[in-house]
Amino acid sequence: MEYRDVVIIGGGPAGLAAALSARRNGVEDILIIERDERLGGILNQCIHNGFGLHTFKEELTGPEYAGRYINMAEAEGIPYKLNTMVTSVTPGREVTYINPSEGEVTVKAGAVILAMGCRERPRGALNVPGSRPAGIYTAGTAQRLINIEGLSVGRKVVILGSGDIGLIMARRLTWEGAEVKVVAELMPYSGGLKRNIVQCLDDFGIPLKLSHTVVRIHGKERVTGVTIAQVDAGRKPVPGTEEYYECDTLLLSCGLLPENELTSSAGIGINRVTGGAFVNDRLETSAEGIFACGNVLHVHDLVDYVSEEAELAGLSAAEFVKRGKEACAEHGEALCLKAGEGIRYTIPNTVDPVNMADKVTVRFRVSDVYRDKQLVILYGGKEHRRIKKRIMSPGEMEQVTIGKDTIPEGISDITIRVED
Amino acid sequence: MTTELTCIRCPLGCALKVEVNGGSVSVTGNSCPRGAEYGAKEVTAPVRVVTGSVRVDGGDMPLVSVKTLSDVPKDMTGQVIEAIKRCRVMAPVSTGDVLIVDAAGTGADIVATRDVKSRS
Repeated sequence: MEYRDVVIIGGGPAGLAAALSARRNGVEDILIIERDERLGGILNQCIHNGFGLHTFKEELTGPEYAGRYINMAEAEGIPYKLNTMVTSVTPGREVTYINPSEGEVTVKAGAVILAMGCRERPRGALNVPGSRPAGIYTAGTAQRLINIEGLSVGRKVVILGSGDIGLIMARRLTWEGAEVKVVAELMPYSGGLKRNIVQCLDDFGIPLKLSHTVVRIHGKERVTGVTIAQVDAGRKPVPGTEEYYECDTLLLSCGLLPENELTSSAGIGINRVTGGAFVNDRLETSAEGIFACGNVLHVHDLVDYVSEEAELAGLSAAEFVKRGKEACAEHGEALCLKAGEGIRYTIPNTVDPVNMADKVTVRFRVSDVYRDKQLVILYGGKEHRRIKKRIMSPGEMEQVTIGKDTIPEGISDITIRVED
Repeated sequence: MTTELTCIRCPLGCALKVEVNGGSVSVTGNSCPRGAEYGAKEVTAPVRVVTGSVRVDGGDMPLVSVKTLSDVPKDMTGQVIEAIKRCRVMAPVSTGDVLIVDAAGTGADIVATRDVKSRS
């Protein structure tokens, strides 16, 4: 069986940054496996700007951000396979892929980095009643059709869900000459970044109806309209609030789901909150030597943080490969990182106080919109630090740094929670 | 006159208060100089970066993504979009290639944001 030091599944922003980091940390033998016909992943269709402010200190479009990483990977001579689909990963790090020229091949990897990204929640998972006419797209599908294929999706559009892709598409469709009538959001807050609400809805006077949802899709061959109703605190439609919108297109921007079929079939533990693997402070999953980063681990709103996270996965994979089989036993007693009151989840899930890096970045999302609250970090139940926050919202990922030298001995967990 | 707006220069989305008193403009609520610059500009002369796609003939992709190399006045974005829609180019195209000079008289050039190779 062919052997590779580091095999990276997915050639999007996470896979590319992980590969570059593994190379910079001394790994020669790397393979990126990408199922699309080009590298860059979803950034290829994100033609709007706003990427890279943290990484490159300038505002780039998606293809430019991807292009820089692709160029760096090419300059480093990092091998990759396109049009190649991974069909299985084993806990023993055997990766099987298929493509038209080689058929089915299994490679043994010193370390595996999972960087498969995520996909959109489809209509079937939303239980929207009505017939099944043409004209219903997930926002990302519409984005691909318009920005990559050069097709048009419709003239009169209603968008369900205020995720970032839906907001971006509201502006794109308006620029393309379509009329975006309304964006309906089930939750009482938007799932998108504030700047996207400003730039993509406010700029064009597109109404955002919070606590509203589509209760019926009309039309037989093609969508002819949708009925939108207000929902109560239990997210149930309120009778009498129904409003009919004539439209030929309904876009769904209702959340992204990490694509972890490979991960779960390898028997790796999956966090039900994120839909991604449980990881330690090295971003290593429950399977030794298999690491995860980017949207397959948890859905990010900024690619800059995907790159940063992937760099850690690349470094960890490189260290794992270099360490070989020795030294693995040196693990300290892992501390559990707990999502307390007001926190939905944290990444990582455990921290090894002995072998951790000097500083570990903990990324997390809050479970509601919080104004003028405080983030509290507790070491073994005792308050360690308190951070004032003007605003936190579930749509914007938060992060705190935990310093190795601040962790006292003898504790078993670290908790992050929201307090008044 | 005071205007409240959300800064869009970065993901922080600071809540800005912009006060215009005759000729002087003061911005509060920003966490960086870019925010102050944005707030003042957004109230006195709002600008946007416009992105879009240009048709490519003979390329390995039908479209090349583009952007305005500099900001354009907000009320000119429609004309810039129209100029982008009318444009058609031949492959190959490289990132940074200027496809339209001075789009819609805004002074902003339209540049390619990706490579499109010739169809082999």
